[in-house]
Amino acid sequence: MSCENCKSCEMNQETRIEFTKEMKKDYTILVPNMLSNHFKLLLKVFANEGYNVELLTNEGRSVVECGLKYVHNDTCYPALLVIGQMIDALQSGKYDLNKVALIISQTGGGCRASNYIHLLRKALKKAGLSQIPVISLNLSGLEKNSGFKLTLGLIRRLIAAMAYGDILMLLANQVRPYETVKGAADALVDRWADQLVAEFDAGKGFAKGALRSYMQQIVADFAAIPVDRSRKCVKVGIVGEIYVKFSSLANNHLEEFLASEGCEVNVPGLMSFILFKVDNRMEDIKLYGGSKAKFAVCKVLYNYLAGIEEIMIDVVREVGRFNPPTAYSHLRELIYGIEGYGCKMGEGWLLTAEMLELIENGYGNIVCAQPFGCLPNHIVGKGMIRRLRELHPESNIVPIDYDPGATRVNQENRIKLMLSVARENMGTAAAPEKAAEPAREPATV
Amino acid sequence: MRIGLDVGSTTLKCVVLDDANNIIYKTYKRHFAQITETTVELLRTLRDEVPGAADALLSVSGSAGMGMAEASGIGFVQEVYATRLAVKRLIPDTDVVIELGGEDAKILYLDGTMEVRMNGSCAGGTGAFIDQMATLLAITPDELNELSHGCEKIYTIASRCGVFAKSDIQPLINQGARKEDISASIFNAVVNQTIAGLAQGRPISGKVVYLGGPLTFMDGLRAAFDKSLNLTGTCPDNSLYFVAMGAAFGADIGSTQATLAEGLERIANYHTEGRYLSCPPLFREQAEYDEFAARHAADKVEYASPEAYEGNAYIGIDAGSTTVKAVVMSENRDILLSLYRPNSGNPVPIIREFLTDFYAKYPKIKVVSSAVTGYGEEIVKNAFAADFGLVETMAHFFAAKQFMPDVDFIIDIGGQDIKCFKIRNGAIDNIFLNEACSSGCGSFLQTFAGALGQDIADFAKEGLFAKAPVDLGSRCTVFMNSSVKQAQKDGATVDNISAGLSISVVKNALYKVIRAANADSLGQHIVVQGGTFLNDAVLRAFEQEIGRNVVRPNIAGLMGAYGAAIYAKDCSRGESTLLDADKLKNFKHDVKVTTCGLCENHCRLTINTFDGGRKFIGGNRCERPTAKGGHAEHYDLYEYKLELLGGYNTKPDKPRARIGLPMGLNMYEMLPFWHAFFTKLGFELVVSPRSDRKLYIRGQQTIPSDTVCFPAKLLHSHIEALLDEGVDAIFYPCMTYNFDEHLGDNHYNCPVVAYYPEVIGANVPGLRNIKFINDYIGVHRPKDFPGKIYGILSKYFDGLDKQQVKEACDAAYAERDAFLAKVRAKGEEYIKIAREKKMPIIVLSGRPYHVDPEINHGIDRLICECGAVVVTEDAVSHHVEKFKVHVLNQWTYHSRLYAAAKYIGSQPDMNLVQLVSFGCGVDAITTDEVREILEGEGKIYTQIKIDEITNLGAVKIRLRSLFAACEAKEREARA
Repeated sequence: MSCENCKSCEMNQETRIEFTKEMKKDYTILVPNMLSNHFKLLLKVFANEGYNVELLTNEGRSVVECGLKYVHNDTCYPALLVIGQMIDALQSGKYDLNKVALIISQTGGGCRASNYIHLLRKALKKAGLSQIPVISLNLSGLEKNSGFKLTLGLIRRLIAAMAYGDILMLLANQVRPYETVKGAADALVDRWADQLVAEFDAGKGFAKGALRSYMQQIVADFAAIPVDRSRKCVKVGIVGEIYVKFSSLANNHLEEFLASEGCEVNVPGLMSFILFKVDNRMEDIKLYGGSKAKFAVCKVLYNYLAGIEEIMIDVVREVGRFNPPTAYSHLRELIYGIEGYGCKMGEGWLLTAEMLELIENGYGNIVCAQPFGCLPNHIVGKGMIRRLRELHPESNIVPIDYDPGATRVNQENRIKLMLSVARENMGTAAAPEKAAEPAREPATV
Repeated sequence: MRIGLDVGSTTLKCVVLDDANNIIYKTYKRHFAQITETTVELLRTLRDEVPGAADALLSVSGSAGMGMAEASGIGFVQEVYATRLAVKRLIPDTDVVIELGGEDAKILYLDGTMEVRMNGSCAGGTGAFIDQMATLLAITPDELNELSHGCEKIYTIASRCGVFAKSDIQPLINQGARKEDISASIFNAVVNQTIAGLAQGRPISGKVVYLGGPLTFMDGLRAAFDKSLNLTGTCPDNSLYFVAMGAAFGADIGSTQATLAEGLERIANYHTEGRYLSCPPLFREQAEYDEFAARHAADKVEYASPEAYEGNAYIGIDAGSTTVKAVVMSENRDILLSLYRPNSGNPVPIIREFLTDFYAKYPKIKVVSSAVTGYGEEIVKNAFAADFGLVETMAHFFAAKQFMPDVDFIIDIGGQDIKCFKIRNGAIDNIFLNEACSSGCGSFLQTFAGALGQDIADFAKEGLFAKAPVDLGSRCTVFMNSSVKQAQKDGATVDNISAGLSISVVKNALYKVIRAANADSLGQHIVVQGGTFLNDAVLRAFEQEIGRNVVRPNIAGLMGAYGAAIYAKDCSRGESTLLDADKLKNFKHDVKVTTCGLCENHCRLTINTFDGGRKFIGGNRCERPTAKGGHAEHYDLYEYKLELLGGYNTKPDKPRARIGLPMGLNMYEMLPFWHAFFTKLGFELVVSPRSDRKLYIRGQQTIPSDTVCFPAKLLHSHIEALLDEGVDAIFYPCMTYNFDEHLGDNHYNCPVVAYYPEVIGANVPGLRNIKFINDYIGVHRPKDFPGKIYGILSKYFDGLDKQQVKEACDAAYAERDAFLAKVRAKGEEYIKIAREKKMPIIVLSGRPYHVDPEINHGIDRLICECGAVVVTEDAVSHHVEKFKVHVLNQWTYHSRLYAAAKYIGSQPDMNLVQLVSFGCGVDAITTDEVREILEGEGKIYTQIKIDEITNLGAVKIRLRSLFAACEAKEREARA
């Protein structure tokens, strides 16, 4: 989303197959999966807009094999999986190959991820499927399609869907390990997802007022689930490259594994990532100069998102039972003096800030999940662990690499070590202490 | 009483502790991958021998025991944690534990903040690595240890990954380096790997304890650690059993607990058959195999009886990386005699024996010509005065043509390399060699067979009728070990693992090396060869995977030698220079190791002297020690760039401060800019010294990510050098954006180049006492830049004048333009000279920092030695207007690559060689695109992956093949 100064991306696109208005009528758009509940809601928004969308749920070795076959093997694991999942689906015989399209996000940043769409097209060509149109989902005008438009209204609804997804994930994670009836939290997530879908169908649930009121109900419902708080759970935070962090396909069902080990997980949501990407564009202008008008436009979007975020924080705080999401502005404060705000490729400084946030909230046992050889993670993940440990000696961070060859047994073994240390710390110091607030001047947006 | 069981990757260790924590029973056993069976056996014996054991708590540790313990409801203690429990109790004043196991390496810091470091996905420097290296030297690990005591010299061996180390060691072996020295060097590599890869900057000091098999059994390894750490570590009693003891100590920590009797019963019932992912079987039934065997039996070269033969013959020798092959060929190309033998580290005595034997037995056969190919080409050619040497790719092509005149694809899987050639119009059109990370396939099978106590042929055969071969995917061997471990855990039997490994070798070749999407992209007429294909399982897997029948010559392992013999015949001068029977009698071979003093590289040379003054020098990185008549004339734009950069050393009279600039990554391009800028402002710019190995090791300990590219790692040492220099500030700004050269859609730097200053700031402790300027700057907006940089520098220095800064900026941009202009002009000049002298031109393309000789390992010079002129990508990229590519063209450096590739298409005498740093994520995208552009223009794409490695042997093969292919193309164009 931050393809600044990009004058002529369209130049690349002369021969690409456009997704036309005609296609919108009877083409099925296949969407790769990352976060099931979020995506269920997001897809509903698209469906109500008249798109035939379908979430891909195919998993397993054939997805990986497909990726290995059609994508450069040294490319990052997320690209390999997303593209593998798409081609595996296309080759499954389930779809009319002349009535199907694909969609993939394109951020336009300096990381390899901006090239996923091109790698996908190369892969389609290799697989003899080059007739299939690929839609770029981006906010930068990187590629345009007459049959697919992100209108302001649509964007607003997508943001709302994402916020619901975040809040459901946040609450479920905090309830699940303690619920007295197993499966209660997940059942509630499903119930709310269904209910929200119904609300969306009726065109409801998107305005800020409605958002607040639904979210209040959601929090109340989660607070009503019977729990046993005496259970001693290891509190574990998960950060990482966005796809590997969220997608169970990529991280070998990390959350399930941690749950089976009796952990409470905290996975910072999507909202701060979106805020981060918008903020980056303003930050670029501050750092290097640029258009004031563009800054103002970004600021409007930023403020809108921050307003939604505030609602999410408020509704959780009001009830007092749960840890609310950390405000993006606070993440900015946390990173001050540790990394520059210009560090924006991939997850950028946000990843480090999320680790700080987790430590601050008592989730100092952290799994930092990244694709093997992920470039930004050399910097903001592995590159910062030393500094974080200096600042917070009680933190217990384990970086885990994911790629087609890395085995679950190795990954889990490393995580188990982290958990052994965590349990020992729990014995001696109950939980990682809240970090003392270092004196520093807060940075504002 | 408590029982601790440590299930390691290769062994089982078990202790019984009494209530006072004394060891009353201990046992150690290799499990040869039969984990469940061996465990049950061991525990039964224990139950029967130790009274009262049946009711004692059993606790399991070790990565291979995790699944078993979980499924059987037995207490499990993570192995590093177990070590910690044991050490804390038994040696409480320990500061650091270094524990090496079969496939793991760990450092445990106990003083201060407790911390554990385990080896990650790159598993070099472990017991398995040492075993593999011992196999390579054809000795046992114990012998390796013994030999290490007699060491005189330490060679540099890349330690990050076993495969790299192999490609460093093989040439040493082939050059005749002493085994004593190699052995000690292997230990040294393990030490480096442990310190660099695991300690990552945290010093190892105080009381150090060594644990685990390799450190227990090998005093040479302990000595290497002691020496490198400059301390004396202790290897305590029972150092093998610490994990097992820790498991026993921690038996009551978890909620899951079981006694030996309970555990034993559950483990005995632990069946996991068929839970792993599997591939279709290789053969369903015998008949299928018979048909297959009959079909392949038809592809053969005739063997003629040497007793009956009289007349001229041709000898071809292929001194490969792990085996020596030789063929004596008759006038009508029949094979009279052949040799196929592991080279045991030195091909010379084997060839000598073969020739002596041959001359004695068959005096009627007259050798009229001979040729040598393979890794050991030069030493063998010199040792026996052979007539010709040829690059192995060509040798294989000549041989393949014999079987299939219209062959269009050859794939050769040898001991540690995969080579593939595409052939178009009778010439080699494209070459794929495995890059460092996926090599080692053949010898991997061998090592694995060895671990199971079998030889490779038997091991591979076992998989032929396996019902459900393990799906191991395609990945480098280091990863494969743990995949196998996982499969074993899931109950895979040996036959299914064997078949799975054969299949994975094939997948590795297809998807990692060639990256084929389907069979048709390989070719219609495929010849497979190399020793690994002698295994029917591998051959079958290959045919299944590509869905096409292929030809495997009956001499699949001899193809290089046979091709060399054909070449010898084709080039025959009628009389051979090869040593005859008389001369062989007086054959002498001495090896001396010395350090070359001709340049600052200080290469360790192995000087092989033979009788009659024949000589071969190995280990040299440049031609200086071997050149007969001084320097040849050469035109090398890399050298010129380096010279030019070296010239930015002027300083103002009374500098207002000394600012240090680390010479690495993008500074190779930014130096002219910053030099002009700071000098103009009255600062002295202090540039860090030229990189070398010693400097690199000095900064190694602060590298936080062991998989980042080598150029980034090298930067740490430049910072250290500047700190030593005592500068007032170090200037290393973050740069998200690069200059906009209008060749692409955007002008980013890659994430590592852009933000490495953040990593430096967070990881180099010395920077705390100095001004470290790593602010974010944007040179891509020249109008905004002066104001921004003024603001940044004013934070660090008083009294800067805005107008002066503006002028300095102007000077900086001007100097950058001037630098580029000079490079381009020199490039033009070299191209002109090349054309006048009819020399081929190589555009050696990479990043600005590939100019650093420590990074490019002298590949530029190597190309010059091959008689070509070297220019850089940025010397030609400006000839091209922005054009359409199939990727998002958003990185400045990479846009130049695409442009250079495009430009070359219009220049018949130019070829492109792309340098790619290992671990460069961005190049996963650029390499494919550059290849596509070049192939679209009918050019050959050559990629060279570089890392810490200093071995140029493989690079040379690529380059020679490229030149051979170009020559062939030219010949054809003329015809």
